[in-house]
Amino acid sequence: MRYLPKSPADREAMLKAIGIRSVDDLFAPIPAEYRLNRDLKIPRQMAESEIVDFFRQRSRENGDEYTSFLGAGAYFHYRPVIIDSLISRGEFLTAYTPYQAEISQGTLQSIFEFQTMICELTGMEVANASMYDGSTGAAEAVMMAVRLTGRRSVVVARSLHPEYREVLATYATHQGMPLSTVAFGDDGRVSLKELEQSITPETACVLIQSPNFFGTIEDVDAIAEIAHKHGAMLVVSIAEAVSLGIVEPPRQADIIAMEAQSFGVPLGFGGPYCGVIATREKYVRQMPGRLVGQTVDKQGKRGFVLTLATREQHIRREKATSNICTNQALVALMVNIFMTVYGKVGIKELAKQNLAKTAYAVSQFGKHGKVLFTGSPRFNEFVVTTSEDPYAVNSRLLGHKIVGGLPLRKFYPELGNAALWCCTELTTRSAIDTAAGLIAESERSVRTAKEEVEEVAR
Amino acid sequence: MKHPTPKATRHVNQNEGLIFEKSSPGKAAWKLPPLDVPEIDTAKLLGNAERKDLGHMPEVSEIEIIRHFTRMSTWNYAIDLGMYPLGSCTMKYNPRVNEAVARVEGIANGHPYQPEKISQGALRIIKTLSDCLIEITGMDAITLQPAAGAHGEMTGLLMVRAYHESKGNARKKILIPDSAHGTNPATAAMVGYAVENLKSDSRGMVDIASLEAQMNEDVAALMLTNPNTLGVFEQDIHKIADILHAKGGLLYMDGANMNALVGKVRPGDFGVDVMHLNLHKTFSTPHGGGGPGSGPVAIKKILEPFLPKPVVITHSDGTLGFEYNRPHSVGRVRAFYGNFGMFVRALAYIQANGPDGLRQTTEDAVLNANYIRKGLEGTYDLPYSTPTMHEVVFSDKMQAKKGVRTMDIAKRLIDYGFHPYTTAFPLIVPGALMIEPTESESKEEMDLFVEAMKSIAQETEEDPQTVLDAPHSTRVSRLDETAAARKPVLRWKPA
Repeated sequence: MRYLPKSPADREAMLKAIGIRSVDDLFAPIPAEYRLNRDLKIPRQMAESEIVDFFRQRSRENGDEYTSFLGAGAYFHYRPVIIDSLISRGEFLTAYTPYQAEISQGTLQSIFEFQTMICELTGMEVANASMYDGSTGAAEAVMMAVRLTGRRSVVVARSLHPEYREVLATYATHQGMPLSTVAFGDDGRVSLKELEQSITPETACVLIQSPNFFGTIEDVDAIAEIAHKHGAMLVVSIAEAVSLGIVEPPRQADIIAMEAQSFGVPLGFGGPYCGVIATREKYVRQMPGRLVGQTVDKQGKRGFVLTLATREQHIRREKATSNICTNQALVALMVNIFMTVYGKVGIKELAKQNLAKTAYAVSQFGKHGKVLFTGSPRFNEFVVTTSEDPYAVNSRLLGHKIVGGLPLRKFYPELGNAALWCCTELTTRSAIDTAAGLIAESERSVRTAKEEVEEVAR
Repeated sequence: MKHPTPKATRHVNQNEGLIFEKSSPGKAAWKLPPLDVPEIDTAKLLGNAERKDLGHMPEVSEIEIIRHFTRMSTWNYAIDLGMYPLGSCTMKYNPRVNEAVARVEGIANGHPYQPEKISQGALRIIKTLSDCLIEITGMDAITLQPAAGAHGEMTGLLMVRAYHESKGNARKKILIPDSAHGTNPATAAMVGYAVENLKSDSRGMVDIASLEAQMNEDVAALMLTNPNTLGVFEQDIHKIADILHAKGGLLYMDGANMNALVGKVRPGDFGVDVMHLNLHKTFSTPHGGGGPGSGPVAIKKILEPFLPKPVVITHSDGTLGFEYNRPHSVGRVRAFYGNFGMFVRALAYIQANGPDGLRQTTEDAVLNANYIRKGLEGTYDLPYSTPTMHEVVFSDKMQAKKGVRTMDIAKRLIDYGFHPYTTAFPLIVPGALMIEPTESESKEEMDLFVEAMKSIAQETEEDPQTVLDAPHSTRVSRLDETAAARKPVLRWKPA
């Protein structure tokens, strides 16, 4: 086996040194009746070239030549080449969690820079080293608010990513955290009136997403005011990190739970991604996950360490703030490099291009389908209702190697034939025009069918 | 100080400040293509929501970024540089073909919501890996959704809880041996269970009499790591399973140490009802400085209705799809389907090994641990003489007489060119040195390690201060962790 660095003679010499005759002797502690005396029924050992062929084949079966208008929590942005050049360095790729600070300063300093940039972009004071993803990060942020307020119930916006809501429901079930949902209005934003009615003296926090699942930017100021008036915290989930380049961050939030996938992380069929929690300094001791802090060595030289570990499971066991151990470090490094490449000006310009492409798409799609929630500002996603079932519309598009918007009926039955579309800087004008043309064709076909029916009726 | 080791030589490496200290207005590492749609008026589109300024984000050129991260990388130790004997962490070689195939276009850029019709490649990968892991563990079904080991533990216990609830009583507590990883009790608490400690016997195994005394109808499950954190296989595993099952409890296995078992014995065959795997340990996906991981949970049939949704199914036409209609499911534990990129890597690892390679891998891992045990026995105290599987735990008892503790020995090991072993864990061994070489180490590398450890033991006798002050060769000496925690500085701020 090509990964194993021992010759038969090495193995013999080692057995001899240990004082045993066969490696089987080492497995003697396992009761004989449980030992497996046959080969595992898995694929035979393959050559590297065969493995590469296998995955190339899978790639071809996985839509490798389609243009996509999908977003909904997973965004297709350009990834600068140097991200993979740098994260492929074995010193980053094959290092462990930086517990031994003296030989982990590379990882530690890069996380410190990551935490700093996340703070700058979110307007928060502290950020952790990462969480699994945006959905689990949001659930952990809510649990943090429960600990901080000593209250237990949670008000969740229906305009929060439906799968994030499902994950929160799973986490909340056994912790005595009652969840209630607040609806969105005709403008696609949290209904403030309903929010006011949903909050009780037992409400620990209000959880919203902005830009929300429909791409609409919530009125964070107004929501924060209502939550805070009742002594509840505001937790804001951000699923599209690029929005931070042009959309004012939710500075009034007490905790921000972010999904940073948009910053240089491949779509990868849903993961690995990069959750992050950011908050106020005064709340840091209730924060889950690893944190890197600056300190000095014995000579007074600047260095970095993992810190405030008394929050964590390996010290506090069942009293820890979370059970999280392994996080998403290498993915956070991708995010870090992305933020460094685009920086202060680039992230803004990138966000502007997303906004421009989306505005153009809205204007084109709006000529044929009905664009919903036009009364509110949006970032790079929008909802379009068609006369034809969106799955049928998408079939038309698929024939042109285009993946259309996400039909919303599964998550929001009340939205009928609506679908969620996304444009990024990588969406071309010609793809938008083609998609808009096919929607026009779909509308015409429905009209024609209707006219035929009417004609027959006449 | 004389240089102590044949393994490493001191070498100049570059200093590098924080990226913010290199930033100045007008530098850029990015270039966008010209906009092919009309320009927009952001103020008109966004109104009050428009952001004007991004704060202290860096402005640097591409070469500076390359040097910045490359320089920092050289301050890290890594498996690619040498042995990484962290017990329970299974720091094995991370094959590069795994990285290559994870970056093939349709795999790297697949969107989680793209239509099933054009997701068959990804679904096939999920299905094939699931089938392999079910066969390797001897279980009946699996979910790949959990993002890491601790997340898998949570998912497993959620299923345990749902199972008991379906029988009319969720039960109250989880039994956890005193040798367990910290994630086990933390997870039990997240799922709403009380934790009850179970003590180990003189062999370092579960104390059967205690288990019998503590087992009752309030116990939902026992969370057992096997081999345990001492590297010891629980020989009475069948008795343990029987005691639990007799009172309606379930046996949860923490698969952190599965590297000792693959191809040699299957947890499903010795009474385990639910277990998680760490793809970033046993199945070679890179640790990446702390993640990402992946923590699939394999289960017996009785728990199948409770699997997180969606599950992958085969349609009547042979194509694959996701099934969401699972009325008894514990729900979702993560958006989308899990850390798919790690599934790709783990499957490539399994394919590169095949049944014979995986068995040889396990044998080599156990052989390596025993070789180190033999080499250091007598030099370091071995608190439990029970046979060792994939890792061996010594204690600092002999060195402590000179005031040298496990952390000091660990720090001195750095000067010898090695990453330290796991220190001060498991908790049942005071001053533990927990060593797991994995199969990836050659005889030569282990000989150097044994030599280094013996040399440190000798230094402890002759010149303990050298050990106490270690490391001597790193770019920073021991860092003030107390100060870091007392007045946390968690981000850079402009002067």
